[in-house]
Amino acid sequence: MTDPIPPAVRLRDAVASRGGRPVLRGVDLTVRPGEVVALLGANGSGKSTTVKAVIGSVPLEQGTLELFGTPYGSFRAWHRIGYVPQRTTAASGVPATVREVVSTGRLAQHRLLPFRRRDRAAVDRALDAVGMLDRAGDGVADLSGGQQQRVLIARALVGTPDLLIMDEPMAGVDAASQQVLADTLRSEVGRGASVLLVLHELGPLEPLIDRAVVLRDGCVAHDGPPVPNTGLHALPGHDHVHPHADLTPPRLLA
Amino acid sequence: MTEMLSYDFMQRALLAAVLVGITAPAVGIYLVQRRQALMGDGMGHVAMTGVGLGFVFRTSPVWMAVLVCVLGAITMELVRSRGNQRGDIALAMLFYGGMACGKLLVSVSAQAGAGSLESYLWGSILTVAPEDLVTIAVLGAVVIAVAVGLRRQLFAICQDEDFARVTGVPVRTLNLLLAVMAAVTVTVAMRVVGLLLVSALMVVPVVAAQQLTRSFAATQAASIALGVVVSLAGVTGSYQLNVPSGPAIVLLAIAVFAVFSVIAGPLARRRHRRGGTEPGPQVCDVRIPGPGRSRNPGQAPEKTSSDTTTPERRAGLAQ
Ligand SMILES: Nc1ncnc2c1ncn2[C@@H]1O[C@H](COP(=O)(O)OP(=O)(O)OP(=O)(O)O)[C@@H](O)[C@H]1O
Ligand SMILES: [Mg+2]
Repeated sequence: MTDPIPPAVRLRDAVASRGGRPVLRGVDLTVRPGEVVALLGANGSGKSTTVKAVIGSVPLEQGTLELFGTPYGSFRAWHRIGYVPQRTTAASGVPATVREVVSTGRLAQHRLLPFRRRDRAAVDRALDAVGMLDRAGDGVADLSGGQQQRVLIARALVGTPDLLIMDEPMAGVDAASQQVLADTLRSEVGRGASVLLVLHELGPLEPLIDRAVVLRDGCVAHDGPPVPNTGLHALPGHDHVHPHADLTPPRLLA
Repeated sequence: MTEMLSYDFMQRALLAAVLVGITAPAVGIYLVQRRQALMGDGMGHVAMTGVGLGFVFRTSPVWMAVLVCVLGAITMELVRSRGNQRGDIALAMLFYGGMACGKLLVSVSAQAGAGSLESYLWGSILTVAPEDLVTIAVLGAVVIAVAVGLRRQLFAICQDEDFARVTGVPVRTLNLLLAVMAAVTVTVAMRVVGLLLVSALMVVPVVAAQQLTRSFAATQAASIALGVVVSLAGVTGSYQLNVPSGPAIVLLAIAVFAVFSVIAGPLARRRHRRGGTEPGPQVCDVRIPGPGRSRNPGQAPEKTSSDTTTPERRAGLAQ
């Protein structure tokens, strides 16, 4: 290992399938401490599956996964990870308030002990960061899709994680709130957190991103510095000549 | 009333009703949350095989039902967590097989007449034996302790399983625990509400309560309170009117649900008015800038018009 501090995520040669279909065909992904990595690619290219492999909810058929230098099988420091799933509804069959949903993000901290004042304060801070503190007592089912997304982001922030994994956090979030989230993310990175983001467009996050990994059909097609506006232009099949052609890695233009 | 309470069997039935009234909604709420409201129903069917085995081997039908039902629940949970496409078919086989097997076993056992199975199916206040009461009390206490003590963990896995896994919660273990608890609840409630209606007591108080609540904690508390009230009232009604207790309890619960859903709308409106927050302007008062709009069509809207927090804050409901 060359780094004195082990990478937050080290996925090597990951092979995984879903519903019997191979979806990841040898994905390498590393997120170093303090790094912000964007995972890009077309619909169905395996971005969400990669992320789910990193959190262990899609099992690997081949390859290795290390989180903070610990092999997945013996990893227990879950309080260091915050996760925002790809847009699902935050609502379930029974009403729950925004505060109750965000509070589940503190489970790794308080575990079996009661929920204490500092947990409550952390929930308030996270809700404030996404601009939803004034809706804390409302039912999540009564929120709009974009507002629910912000609640899910707060749920990931509430444990002050060292690694934030976000699957399309900006989907359905308006421009002003995207800017607010970008600022939130900047302060998270400022205190040393690493970030793995699935995105379609870099948008207001662009200045934050250190590296972009582009997936195509379950393989890594590009791993390097982010290309301006990569989001749209890196999609396979998107081969027209455009002003950034000189910056785009040649493989992407095939 | 005092006459009713002077009978031993009624004292036992009422005690059992309280325990069942607490246990069934306390566990049922998690099944409803995960949109598995009918799982209890399936377990009731499977438990019939246990009752039948109890008849055949002349052991306690309650403990046999617990055993069979727990095995059934674990099977169901494994099928669910595999995300199997044909999972529903496997479950259907389990349910129908359980029911058919139970009836068959009862009919080959010499001991029982038809009336005896009937009491397991529909619930009966006359049949809560002293040893049944002990079983119900012990199992009920364990289930309540788990359902309330692990409330945050169970809430998390039923709300969002993937996220719960990332908080380090032992998702698999808790899923199995929940399934086992549901199975135990079914058998605990069996004597009072009957196997065919057991699921109703796990589901109806929850959906009735949630007509009026916004938080999970309040829903759980209210549904347990409701469960106790309808169980006690149902058992009392069963004594007074000489009808089986299960249907009496369930119809009462459904009546409460109907009343709650009727008053839910007006109550919510009143809560908004009373909440102290102004509900926002009644009519649209936003001016559309005429010429400015057509001049730069491709541009992002101005910050003020797209800032969602401001209108929301104004429209914010009472905390
Ligand atoms: N639950 C599932 N069951 C079976 N196959 C799945 C499932 N989820 C995804 N897949 C398959 O895996 C492939 C990759 O899906 P994945 O969700 O990783 O794509 P993605 O890159 O996140 O796409 P998007 O941009 O639409 O979110 C798809 O071809 C899809 O058919
Ligand atoms: Mg995806």
